[in-house]
Amino acid sequence: MSILIDETTPILIQGMTGDKGTFHAREMIAYGSRVVAGVTPGKGGTTHLDVPVFDTVKDAVAATGATTSITFVAPPFAADAIMEAADAGLKLVCSITDGIPAQDMMRVKRYLRRYPKDKRTMVVGPNCAGIISPGKAMLGIMPGHIYLKGNVGVISRSGTLGYEAASQMKALGIGVSTSVGIGGDPINGSSFLDHLALFEQDDETDAVLMIGEIGGPQEAEAAAWIKDNMTKPVVGFVAGLTAPKGRRMGHAGAIISAAGDSAAEKAEIMRSYGLTVAPSPGDFGTTVAEVLGRLKSAA
Amino acid sequence: MDVHEYQAKELLASFGVAVPKGAVAFSPDQAVYAATELGGGAWAVKAQIHAGARGKAGGVRLCRTYNEVRDAAKSMLGKRLVTVQTGPEGKPVQRVYVEAADPFERELYLGYVLDRKAERVRVIASTRGGMEIEEIARTDPDALIQVVVEPAVGLQPFEARELAFKLGLNIRQASAAVKVILNAYRAFRDTDCVMLEINPLVVSRDDRVLALDAKMSFDDNALFRRPNVADMHDPSQSDPREAQAAEHNLSYIGLDGEIGCIVNGAGLAMATMDMIKHAGGEPANFLDVGGGASPDRVATAFRLVLSDPKVKAILVNIFAGINRCDWVAQGVIQAAREVKIDAPLIVRLAGTNVEAGKKILEESGLDIIAADTLSEAAAKAVAACADAKRAA
Repeated sequence: MSILIDETTPILIQGMTGDKGTFHAREMIAYGSRVVAGVTPGKGGTTHLDVPVFDTVKDAVAATGATTSITFVAPPFAADAIMEAADAGLKLVCSITDGIPAQDMMRVKRYLRRYPKDKRTMVVGPNCAGIISPGKAMLGIMPGHIYLKGNVGVISRSGTLGYEAASQMKALGIGVSTSVGIGGDPINGSSFLDHLALFEQDDETDAVLMIGEIGGPQEAEAAAWIKDNMTKPVVGFVAGLTAPKGRRMGHAGAIISAAGDSAAEKAEIMRSYGLTVAPSPGDFGTTVAEVLGRLKSAA
Repeated sequence: MDVHEYQAKELLASFGVAVPKGAVAFSPDQAVYAATELGGGAWAVKAQIHAGARGKAGGVRLCRTYNEVRDAAKSMLGKRLVTVQTGPEGKPVQRVYVEAADPFERELYLGYVLDRKAERVRVIASTRGGMEIEEIARTDPDALIQVVVEPAVGLQPFEARELAFKLGLNIRQASAAVKVILNAYRAFRDTDCVMLEINPLVVSRDDRVLALDAKMSFDDNALFRRPNVADMHDPSQSDPREAQAAEHNLSYIGLDGEIGCIVNGAGLAMATMDMIKHAGGEPANFLDVGGGASPDRVATAFRLVLSDPKVKAILVNIFAGINRCDWVAQGVIQAAREVKIDAPLIVRLAGTNVEAGKKILEESGLDIIAADTLSEAAAKAVAACADAKRAA
């Protein structure tokens, strides 16, 4: 197994006919993802890249049985697209869009809560690189070839830092079960914690690497949860040790604003809850290797 | 995006929040004219900068004559005001706000913030107006009165009433405060604000409730639909290099070190800075060239980094996903042609089209120190920086 997606997952692409949608749809299909539908209002009834296109997500779901969506929709309309997908009953929506207003995401999160927890749509992103289960399926914009199939789950706020981790691991022959980019915005669809819980249940995942950033309470919350609930070892890292306080570092989320927000504080919290913290961003691969080695010798 | 106090008050007033009468002035003469127009016998002259703690730094002066108004404006305009929030370089004062200074009875605090943890708007009030809210949160958290707003329905009148009565207001004052609390919430919601602070919110002797100071920060991602807010942007308040970067849609933040960084992705950019520090060096900047790093953007990034005289070496770290290494390599060559790069240049390329990118750089004849991994790149940059300093 893997989490969230595999080669059987029926995927629809919102905004498939645009430039970005087209480019990444092609990449995803080439990687082996099962893309069954596209949605672009006004282009229903046509086909694009040999995939049928629909006007609404509900139409696409009715005709194809899609359960999962990826959205390439411009920021002003992106929140609407996520809610449309949720209302059509999709299990998973991945929003790549960078630049969604924070209050829109606040309303999206509120909207999702109108469904009971077991029927609630999982939203990954926005402002993320997406999800990949190497060798099975890709629901995102990452370069698929840098991932080796394997037994380590990866959760990262940053897209490119997730790539960095995957390539360091690949260089050491370590593969990934699923890699999830949760995005750099202040309000995410899903958090470290949501995906840690899935990795804990996943047979093919033996260890997890979580890569955080300065700003926000997510990493500390996840670390506390890990101590009480996680049997698999977790390697942690928090980027932004050198970031000055009060400055926004690119991502809307990456700002140190409150006590406990800094990289050093979060890394210390991770350590105190028993995570193995990578000493530098050049040590993702070696630290994961060390943790896997310990697992092996314990077995 | 931040705005000046007077702009925040204009916005708040347009939503029905009571504010004292005031006018903005760009010269001492205008300040005096503003005072005559406002009437009364006392005025506050307030330096308009994007930072707080102005009072203690001499950026707010209470004046009782027109001459005092003129002197106060003269002493502030054209200078840089340094407060505990500006950093040592301060912020330029190009405008002052002249405000009718009527006496008041009480000072309260009222703030709104987009709470990341709750994923909702949090309203915070306190009877300790005029103090730093962080200070109160630390020393006396019970003095904070809070409401988390349900986004589906917005802030309700009963919640505003509860806040008002907990602030110890009488019924006349409370009904004025309820209006302020609800209208300021509407302003927050309808301008895509992320932080609104009214400190102090004052109660006048005749039971009016007014915003005596106001700070607002807005969601950059929402400016496209808030043109009236976007128009309030004052580039003089940002670092010139950061302002220039923003014009090119690059995200740049200047730091104190010597190794200039050009990276794609905010997380990798921070990690690259961290790696430099880990290797014993100091980064000169944060710079995210973003997803579609065309040769033009890369060249612009070089110009920005090189305009910092502290820079002794440059580290380019690109992990191409949507980006392509061959494009980035072309950008490096274009930059080298257009800008004189006299600092050692360390380039690490990875990801999409990496071989093509490396080949372009090798065949360019440029003096480039190539690196394959993040650790190697940082180590080489720190060594090159040390060499450059010894040679100088």
